[in-house]
Amino acid sequence: MSTYRIGAGSGFAGDRFEPAEILAARGDLDALVFECLAERTIGLAQQRAATAAGAGFDRLFLDRLAGALPHLSSRTRVLTNAGAADPIGLARSVVDLLAAHPRGAGRRVAAIVGDDVAAQLPADARITGTDLTIADLGDRLVSANAYIGAGAAMRALENGADVVITGRMGDAALFAAPIAVHHGWDDSAPDDMAAPTLVGHLLECAGQLTGGYFADGGRKVVPGLATLGFPFADVASDGVAEFGKVEGTGGLISRATVLEQLLYEIDDPARYKTPDATLDLGDVRIDEVGADRVRVSAASANGRPEQLKVSVGVRDGYLAIGSIAYAGRGARERAELALRIVRERWDVVHGRDPLEVRADLQGYNSLRPWHVPVGDPAEVRARLSLRTFDRSVAALLHREVEALYTNGPAGGGGADLSLKETVGIVSTFIDRDRVAPRVEMVS
Amino acid sequence: MTTLGDLAHARAGDKGDTSILVVAPYEPDDYARVDDALRAERVAAHFGVDPGNVTIHPVPRLGAFTVVVRDRLDGGVTRSRAADPHGKTLSGHLLDLVVEG
Repeated sequence: MSTYRIGAGSGFAGDRFEPAEILAARGDLDALVFECLAERTIGLAQQRAATAAGAGFDRLFLDRLAGALPHLSSRTRVLTNAGAADPIGLARSVVDLLAAHPRGAGRRVAAIVGDDVAAQLPADARITGTDLTIADLGDRLVSANAYIGAGAAMRALENGADVVITGRMGDAALFAAPIAVHHGWDDSAPDDMAAPTLVGHLLECAGQLTGGYFADGGRKVVPGLATLGFPFADVASDGVAEFGKVEGTGGLISRATVLEQLLYEIDDPARYKTPDATLDLGDVRIDEVGADRVRVSAASANGRPEQLKVSVGVRDGYLAIGSIAYAGRGARERAELALRIVRERWDVVHGRDPLEVRADLQGYNSLRPWHVPVGDPAEVRARLSLRTFDRSVAALLHREVEALYTNGPAGGGGADLSLKETVGIVSTFIDRDRVAPRVEMVS
Repeated sequence: MTTLGDLAHARAGDKGDTSILVVAPYEPDDYARVDDALRAERVAAHFGVDPGNVTIHPVPRLGAFTVVVRDRLDGGVTRSRAADPHGKTLSGHLLDLVVEG
């Protein structure tokens, strides 16, 4: 079997557009995958869909696809998890988009459903890391989506789908599916799925493999970050993969960029659990084989988990933030005074617990409040934040911060207020056999 | 004074309220030195958390380590009040760790 080339068109819902267009035009790809679904995104999408405030899928994906489509070869399969809470809804919109474009004609679109397990989840399922169960969440529960494996997407491709739209499929599985179909690998055999899952794991953050999120000082120099090229992998029939990027694009692929991405977000490298395989990353080999060309081999699996992880969205109220800035002589002392004033008023004027308000000095140690820096900053921003279910409490924080202009320390400026409705994500597990992903051919 | 950043590079990621940092020495010869610096008690003190909240996994064949720090993200990315809810900036903090000798 020939080598299969697969590219990463996005690493998150807000990613750049043109690297995918360049991959589509000059990457000679068999498949292009758009990863657009962060852990929390699906809960937010469920909430939007439930309140009819918007689509339950990622609308930006339609613009993303429209940009790549004029450059896309007819052989290139497209996969994305931008379906979020409504893969069929996005699939229908994609069908309309393809119908309106000469390069879209004849492409068949499939949606994968069945990752939504809100109805199958036992009420007594334990929330990871707590003593709570699903039942304890009551009406705060907004979504429950299992991380499904590559199988359903593989069936869709085998049925002739050119575009596959999913919801909460494991990120790596989205890439593993077309590779495994091409090489005839069996999605129920973890040893077969180790190599394509490892390839997916490395590609899923797109530019983070090609030098994005890497540049630092004089030793980690990355050329051309403004024109960063996204990666592709050439996957051979023995599972060995070589990673590269389109010639002339910015960025770099080296042993170090691949190593950082390999172990990124991995708690225990010997047991990285994905729906299709539990990978042992410790024995993976990374070799530089040319300029911007890195070979990754020795992917191995140790079975696969009996249960699938479930991302549970929980309505979590509001996050309110207010800040005001100080500069010059004594800036830190004045900002500290501002923080103290708000907390004192929270207690003595409003009769609330002052510790519900987080108080930080941005520009000093807000990113590591336990740390005491040496020397004083030239400018610093006093930042106050709180979580609440009561919108009026959020408004109160905003008023208190704004009032610092005329009632607080000298020289405060640039007050900035924000309010976000938040969906928290917790995890639980569900038996694999209770989850039944299936393919819906939409065109 | 030598700090970890003189010997190694790092990348921070997160899962829930847990920060996970990859650390890799630039030179394979520095592996043992980085291993010595990355003691759970020292890293915990550097991050201002209880030593029980830090686990370090050496990955010798890759010449790297993962450093797992729990309960440092004010609830994790979806609900944290912190200026950096992901804790992406913690890799820079880890590279400030002083390496003895």
